[in-house]
Amino acid sequence: MELLVAIAIGVLTFSGVYLILRARTFSVALGLTLFSYAVNLFLFVMGRLHTGKPAVLSDATSYTDPVPQALVLTAIVIGFAMTAFVLILALRANTELGSDHVDGVEKAKPLKKPSKAANKTVQAKKKRKGVAR
Amino acid sequence: MLLLALVFAPFIAVLLPFLVAQRGRTAIAVSAALAPAIGLALLLSQAPQVLDGVVVAVSYPWIAQLGLNLSFRLDGLSFLFALLILGIGLLVILYARYYLSEQERVARFFACLLLFMGSMLGLVLAGNLLLMLMFWELTSLSSFLLIGFWSQQTAARQGARMALTVTGGGGLALLAGILVIGHVVGSYELSDVLAAGDVLRAHSLYPVALVLVLLGVFTKSAQFPFHFWLPHAMSAPTPVSAYLHSATMVKAGVFLLARLYPLLSGTDWWFYLVTFTGLITLLIGAVTALFQHDLKGLLAYSTISHLGLITLLFGLDSDFAPVAAIFHIINHATFKASLFMAAGIIDHETGSRDMRKINGLWKYMPHTAVLAMVASSAMAGVPLLNGFLSKEMFFSETLHQHLLGSFSWLLPTMATIAGVFSVAYSLRFIHDVFFNGTPINLPKFPPHEPPRYMKIPVEVLVFCCLLVGMLPAFTIDSLLASAAQASLGHALPEYNLAIWHGFNMPLLMSCIALVGGIIVYAQRAPLFRWYEGLPDINARVIFENTLRFLYGLVSRTLARIENGSLQRYICLLLLAVIVVLVAGLTPLSRITGEIALTPVDPLTALGLLVMTGAALLTMGFHRQRLTALLMLSVVGLIVAMVFARFSAPDLALTQLVVEVVTILLMLLVVYFLPAKAPAESSSLLHLRDFSIAASCGVLMAVLTFAVLTRPYQSIADFFLANSLLGGGGTNVVNVILVDFRGFDTLGEISVLAITAIATVALLKGMLLPRSRVDNQGRAWSSEAYPMMLGMLARLILPLALLVSVFIFLRGHNEPGGGFIAGLITAVALILLQVAYGQRWVQTRMGVRFPNLAASGVLIATATGLVSLLLGYPFLTSAFGHFNLPLIGEIELASAMLFDLGVYLTVVGGTLLILSGVGRIGHSVKLPEKL
Repeated sequence: MELLVAIAIGVLTFSGVYLILRARTFSVALGLTLFSYAVNLFLFVMGRLHTGKPAVLSDATSYTDPVPQALVLTAIVIGFAMTAFVLILALRANTELGSDHVDGVEKAKPLKKPSKAANKTVQAKKKRKGVAR
Repeated sequence: MLLLALVFAPFIAVLLPFLVAQRGRTAIAVSAALAPAIGLALLLSQAPQVLDGVVVAVSYPWIAQLGLNLSFRLDGLSFLFALLILGIGLLVILYARYYLSEQERVARFFACLLLFMGSMLGLVLAGNLLLMLMFWELTSLSSFLLIGFWSQQTAARQGARMALTVTGGGGLALLAGILVIGHVVGSYELSDVLAAGDVLRAHSLYPVALVLVLLGVFTKSAQFPFHFWLPHAMSAPTPVSAYLHSATMVKAGVFLLARLYPLLSGTDWWFYLVTFTGLITLLIGAVTALFQHDLKGLLAYSTISHLGLITLLFGLDSDFAPVAAIFHIINHATFKASLFMAAGIIDHETGSRDMRKINGLWKYMPHTAVLAMVASSAMAGVPLLNGFLSKEMFFSETLHQHLLGSFSWLLPTMATIAGVFSVAYSLRFIHDVFFNGTPINLPKFPPHEPPRYMKIPVEVLVFCCLLVGMLPAFTIDSLLASAAQASLGHALPEYNLAIWHGFNMPLLMSCIALVGGIIVYAQRAPLFRWYEGLPDINARVIFENTLRFLYGLVSRTLARIENGSLQRYICLLLLAVIVVLVAGLTPLSRITGEIALTPVDPLTALGLLVMTGAALLTMGFHRQRLTALLMLSVVGLIVAMVFARFSAPDLALTQLVVEVVTILLMLLVVYFLPAKAPAESSSLLHLRDFSIAASCGVLMAVLTFAVLTRPYQSIADFFLANSLLGGGGTNVVNVILVDFRGFDTLGEISVLAITAIATVALLKGMLLPRSRVDNQGRAWSSEAYPMMLGMLARLILPLALLVSVFIFLRGHNEPGGGFIAGLITAVALILLQVAYGQRWVQTRMGVRFPNLAASGVLIATATGLVSLLLGYPFLTSAFGHFNLPLIGEIELASAMLFDLGVYLTVVGGTLLILSGVGRIGHSVKLPEKL
């Protein structure tokens, strides 16, 4: 089971990090969320995997580890606050700068200004792609 | 106490000129003169004992750990300098009253002047080297303000910046030098340091300390090759030049030479460094001064030359040389200040400082002319004036040094040549300005005498020149003797201040200088042609170009490292993480530890499989945002289930509710963002990101697996044992949150509240147009609030509230608590908002969300403070069991109040964030609806 959990955390990290490295703010927010899942799970399993053990005091002889649980609980809430902040920052940046690129400017544009005709073909291409999807 | 008052009076009085700023220049000048006048009186009250050789010292501990004490020390040397600073300062204040026009920022000027005066006083009176350095830097800063006073002029700004750069750089070197001295001596107190001269000179670090201190001295006192800043500082108003470049700023460097003379002097290093720097500066200054056409330029280079002379004297290996140096400091201060003032009067009355235009002023301003001529003669070293006496001493000392061996004739020869040029430029100042034909194209014509009081400072100074020059033994002897003794640190050699010493070499040298100077001036035409032929080196242009080059270099380097790309930064950050992880994991001999693995059950395996699959799909579909979001919510849900599966019900509940809120928020945001992301990363970039992400993933998996298969020691037992006894609850997780680690939780809810308020600030004033169609071109439903949802939401709200109250109340003993209850309440209210709109909910709530969040934080803090008031540590909880009618026995803990704070903050914060995003779209929608 440990192996499975470790792999799952690894995959979550992989997809989260990959998305964090993308150039669009929303992808980065998605990545951050995935990455925080991974981190929360990682912190949580540091208390080891316990099946069916209580976290509430009772007659039981062994308990699960409450410390990482308490840490992760606040981490979840704070994580939500930070995700919300990043999202709204992205929203504001998109409104102010007219771009949702993480650097605030479109980097992929060619250095030379494309002529009107070229522009049109690009737009047409985009449209066609959109329809195809 | 007296010394403290003396130093700090000008600082305190800095504000006075602003208080009377509306009452005209006279009132401002009087208010500015108050502090120096009091200071002068205080100083003179100490004159009798100081002149007798008593050292007045006070010391208060300040930062004793650093060896920095508030020590002040008044001995002969500091008395002399303080006298010059205050005396000439008062004269400059009087002069500036008439020099500055009504339209200028007069109050500001006098405030800066007082600031500078206080810094200078602190510098000369400091009894601790670090304290002295502090005042040293203050003089650099305040002189920057004074030199750049006419900040509308480019030349003033650049001159001020140059002065600050050079003297500030020197200040850094001086700091290093002082630290070295303190390291060797073991104290920064001047009395200790001066007594440890032999220790320092024998130490291997002596040359380092000497060179560093001398760098500070030479930059401040404008010695070659750092002299270039001084002529450019002439763009300052003339009272500033008269003050800074005669008696104060530039004298700070030579003051330090005098002050540290017993500590640093007496070695070959000292002799060669100081003497030759002084000699070169003396010659360059004297020769260049002759060729300046600007009145103040001439005086500036002459100042450089005289400073070189003083430095040279300090370098010589005779006991009498420092006496001559100090004497020349006094004389130079008096005649140079009066000359600057005279130049200022001429500038003021003619509107020009160009000596090619200013001619024959004798006819128009005979009074000023006489004053300037006397001062100028003192500068040239004409007998019966003070300059003659010190120059005579100087010539005599150059004859008495022996370290150069068979080249000993070099110094007196060079000194005589410098004397020749000094006479020549003094003569030029007299002849070219007051005679030599008639004025040419003066901006103000005809010039006339300045206001009566503007000439008084000049008269006072010129009178001093005459008095000292004719009656040296009666006027200056005791002051000079006490200052020189304080500088040397031991008894003075026999000397005699007299005008006539008989026919000897120095007299001959003086005569050669006088006659030679007249000849050089008479033959100036070919000399000027030669000078014109020299390559034009403008220090300011070179300096500015160097600065520009450095700026360019730095910004280019920065641009390369810091290119503004977030992707680049994150990439570097992650690479660092990978390095750390690899370094941490490498020592492990094998990944699997000794603990046996727990068995796999198929349902969990399936869940994990779905989760990883959904995560990968989120990644794959990230450019179709809605799809990615759906996938993400799957991941979140299964994470909650994983928590539940591995015995963490609290976490599962929290994750479940947070998941709902997060996805709702993302849905709202995605509506306003571009629906799709264009593919733009190159394949190479994809490969890079892919490999970084893969490395991170693999490393995380390895790390997790390595940890999970190894035994561990937890601190959990403490919490399990003390939860019920100390915190009064059986839900250990909740007790940790609200009791054991309550301070952390307080911090965390504060962060939540702050984030919520920050989002409000970010969304402020933002209105976004709502599109009528989605990205596929389909029209949105025209129905704003679906009725079915509304009905359902109304039904759910009381139930949800009931559940949250239940979760909240049982939280201390069963899974639940403030966080979860707050989130449940928030979700119910958000559902209502989705159904009826944000405004509808807000009006019916009756309490504003920011207040809700803030009151939560306040309640939690207050709970902690109460225990503090009762004498327990912050956030100590109390609990007891109560029997309530109907409900039965219930346990109430003060921690529950704290949890209430958590609850309110979570509700307020969450709603604030979500309703904020909800509002920006509605604002546009509303008019359509009406």
